[in-house]
Amino acid sequence: MIPHMDLPVITEEAPALDWWLLAPLLTLFGAAMLAVLFEAFVPAARRRPIQLGLSALALLTTFVLIVLQVGSLPEGQAGVTVGVGALAIDRTVLFFQGTITVLALVSLLLIAERRDGRDAFAAQAAAVPGSEEERAHILAGSQHTEVYPLVLFAVLGMLMFPASNDFLTMFIALEVMSLPLYLLCGLARRRRLFSQEAAVKYFLLGAFSSAFFLFGAAMVYGYAGSVNFGEVRVAVENGGAAIFQDGNGEPLLLMGIGLVAVGLLFKVGAVPFHNWKPDVYQGAPTPITALMASCTLVAAFGALLRVFFVPFGGSIGDWEPMLWIVSVLTMVVAAIIAVGQRDVKRLLAYSSVVHAGFILTAVVAGSTDGLAGAMFYLAAYGFTTLGAFAVVTLVRTADGGQELGDLDRWAGLGRRNPILAGALALFLLAFAGIPLTSGFIGKFAVFEAAVAAGATPLVIVGVLSSAVTAFFYVRIIVVMFFRDPEADGPTVVRAGVGTGGVIAIGVAATLVLGVFPGPVLDNLLPSPDSGQDPVSVMVDQASTETG
Amino acid sequence: MIPWLTIAIALPAIGAVLIWALPRVKTPAGERAASVAATAEGGGGTATAVRAPAVAGGAASAENVKRITLGFSLATLLVLVGMTLRFDLSNAGSLQFVEEYPWIPRFGVHYAVGVDGIALTLILMSAILVPLVVLAAWREHDDREDGGRGYFALILALEAMMIGVFAATDVFLFYVFFEAMLIPVYFMIGRYGRGDDRARAAVKFLLYSLAGGLIMLVAVIGVFVHGGTFLWADLVGENGALAALDPSTARWLFLGFFIAFAIKAPMWPVHTWLPQAAGASRPGTAVLLVGVLDKVGTYGMLRYCMELFPDAVEVFVWPVVALSLVSIVYGAVLAIGQSDMMRLVAYTSISHFGFITLGIFALTPQSQTGAALYMVNHGFATGALFLVVGLLIARRGSSRIEDFSGVRNVAPKLAGVFLVTGLAGLALPGLAPFISEFLVFVGVYAFNPVPAVIAVIGVVLAALYILWMYQRTMTGPTAESVSGFTDLSARESWVVGPLLALIIVFGLYPQPLLDAIEPAAERTVVVTTVDSAEEGGAE
Repeated sequence: MIPHMDLPVITEEAPALDWWLLAPLLTLFGAAMLAVLFEAFVPAARRRPIQLGLSALALLTTFVLIVLQVGSLPEGQAGVTVGVGALAIDRTVLFFQGTITVLALVSLLLIAERRDGRDAFAAQAAAVPGSEEERAHILAGSQHTEVYPLVLFAVLGMLMFPASNDFLTMFIALEVMSLPLYLLCGLARRRRLFSQEAAVKYFLLGAFSSAFFLFGAAMVYGYAGSVNFGEVRVAVENGGAAIFQDGNGEPLLLMGIGLVAVGLLFKVGAVPFHNWKPDVYQGAPTPITALMASCTLVAAFGALLRVFFVPFGGSIGDWEPMLWIVSVLTMVVAAIIAVGQRDVKRLLAYSSVVHAGFILTAVVAGSTDGLAGAMFYLAAYGFTTLGAFAVVTLVRTADGGQELGDLDRWAGLGRRNPILAGALALFLLAFAGIPLTSGFIGKFAVFEAAVAAGATPLVIVGVLSSAVTAFFYVRIIVVMFFRDPEADGPTVVRAGVGTGGVIAIGVAATLVLGVFPGPVLDNLLPSPDSGQDPVSVMVDQASTETG
Repeated sequence: MIPWLTIAIALPAIGAVLIWALPRVKTPAGERAASVAATAEGGGGTATAVRAPAVAGGAASAENVKRITLGFSLATLLVLVGMTLRFDLSNAGSLQFVEEYPWIPRFGVHYAVGVDGIALTLILMSAILVPLVVLAAWREHDDREDGGRGYFALILALEAMMIGVFAATDVFLFYVFFEAMLIPVYFMIGRYGRGDDRARAAVKFLLYSLAGGLIMLVAVIGVFVHGGTFLWADLVGENGALAALDPSTARWLFLGFFIAFAIKAPMWPVHTWLPQAAGASRPGTAVLLVGVLDKVGTYGMLRYCMELFPDAVEVFVWPVVALSLVSIVYGAVLAIGQSDMMRLVAYTSISHFGFITLGIFALTPQSQTGAALYMVNHGFATGALFLVVGLLIARRGSSRIEDFSGVRNVAPKLAGVFLVTGLAGLALPGLAPFISEFLVFVGVYAFNPVPAVIAVIGVVLAALYILWMYQRTMTGPTAESVSGFTDLSARESWVVGPLLALIIVFGLYPQPLLDAIEPAAERTVVVTTVDSAEEGGAE
């Protein structure tokens, strides 16, 4: 007889794992590992096609597995947790993961694009910029095929991030996602010092924000006695762990919420944690900027939604005022700063900050509508922003060398190159939320959720900020279409299959999601009428005990 | 059953896409630019470049683009005339030719169209103006590298949206057309407009309208959150989804819609974009901008503000009446001082829109019928005025009044047309606008004599600005630069002839228009006066 029955029984057996539900992550993880091995053992000359093929295949397989899982999820039942409660899989998570995978695949087209045998990345990142060594590597045609495994690891982290079901898993996902991105940011072929500066800034600030997140998670653990989202939620509803029955654990929880929020809001780039975005977006190689602006944003918002809806869902009164303020600041400050920007990548960075503010209004709503609205917005925004950055990669200085970000010199682009400029104009109109583009439906969805939840003042700030953003989007159209081309204007290099494909996909997604959003809104997103409230699904499954 | 309205919306839209999709023919001027485009655009571009020489024989020459545009706009008009013949005039107050399909089920959005008498006349007016605008623009873009192909495609795209916005019976669909319409006009002014100021004017136009539209978006969302549907028919009425709305919310939502419509209309003090936009527009663009787009504002007040939130109207009556009176007098005074004819006509329109909003908010059957009729007549009269100014611009390359003198001596027919359209603008009895202005006065007087008396100032000033402009440009000694003017060509006669005929016919026999408009206008009055009994007492 064992004297204390309630003590945990230590067994030698490994926990049972649902390999099927883990398959997408494992596929990507395996492929990333394999890519590292290829890097070590395959001759340099043959690496690129192999790495590219492997990455594309891995992402494609992952996407197929995710789609198959949507079909295999139990109907009318809460989602399931896997890995001893470390990950949660439900339709919401699968939508985020599917979106991230598709966006990553599209970004891969940009990352793989080469012009005259050169991609967007430095020939030898370790060589000092401007040195003899660097020149030798450029002449030798060296290239960093490590980019591909790094991207795969980053995407792996992004897929884990919104699926995490406890704070530690979420922290690991955050790091797996961020570390490769820090590296990738510093790999630009042109203007390498800018790029390295961006990488260092991103790394330092990112490390700080990770520390905030971890510290916050520790506070929450102190309050709840667990890092599991389901258990934290129960603890929050009961006023803390057993030792806090007198209710004096509140400060721990508040600190925890605040610090965790700092970590997550940094990743989505909300004001006042947005300062890295313009520098990093500008300095990073544009294909990597595109990856960050689309996939990372989706992943970060997926995690943010999960954290605020599940573990902290019971104390909405504590974090709602904070998010109100952050959302208003984000929408107003970023929109105003963006008006003065002259560089297209910086402008798109500030625009991304403003859009994060719009999506935050849906988080503030704290409802199923808000969740669905944010999900649609993120998917729509991801495709549009990828297309916009793809256009940026094509507009270069007169010698066809580095990208020309200076908007004033884009004059007359619409005359010389109506189709490319037209595509960018469409993306900008979508950012501005003009009807018949996906941006309008997204904006409608998040604002509708916010008004329904009684956050009308927030929405009024949102539309006024939209009007300001419209000003700078429209100004780019003015420069491109209404001004005459100038002598030292940019050269538009010929779009390769990859970049052309990204722009075409961006245009198609922007129009289709704008005109026929029904199928996505009704089938992919959680429906309020199905009797299966996705928010409560997220909550229920967090505490279920399945393999 | 034939989906008349959908056909009328789809036809010009198809025409616009067709013009864009047609292979480009290279003119010498466009050669260089187009070749750069073809190389950068990748696979598709090369294909076009290969295809283009094969059809350079004329498949998509600038002339053909114009013919296609004219063909599509005339076909649309024909469809709408066919529809009008089947319109049940005895039942003009209710929606006819209704089509309804779910579009975005999650938000209760439908593709729902239908017309009552007011919407029908406005749609017909738009469809009549478009072919004339195309004819008027025939030679305007000959010196452009693309021969104006983009301009003509934009006109057709705009026509589809103009018909859509008046036909929509779903608030969301209306909003979609309302906002999407801005984009073609923005490019028509900014890219194809006149003068160095056109980019600024286009941006100002877009930002004013977008700001109004975004405020309206909050109200549109509010309608859905409180009503649960966007279908106009389900929202209005005593048992409608919005009937139980509490008064304060109703007022806010009313205001949200009203601000957008006031900017669109445009009403003092949010009118400042219009003179600048009209001044930088081609005459054809100005016709569609002032003649049709601005009507969406007044139409919206009638259809959406009043009928969706009848309880809220009462609070807004006097403020709006006051703003209307300011618009009437202010627009007229500023029109007198203008030195540019396009801007002058734009200011007269601000004055005229003051009459329309005054009529709408006086809430009497006569004033609202008059206001709705005014929308149609103003479209014809001001449209004609802009087009005649366009004829002068085509001859002189300027729209400044001081650049003209004694045109009557060299081009008597042109001067005659100018005089008739001008007199229509000042609402001379016998011409169409008189009837509507008279009805507005009768109705407003019944509502309250004071605003009616103040509004008369606008009529007096109208005579001043029109006749003075006529005197300065048409009479007097023939200026050197004017002496070479030719009189109306056959094409130009076709541009202004139909409008003159309509102005005269409807001036003498307005009954068909009144039969269509009156029942629809009365419906609004009944709705608002039932709910705000005090206004009924004022009659």
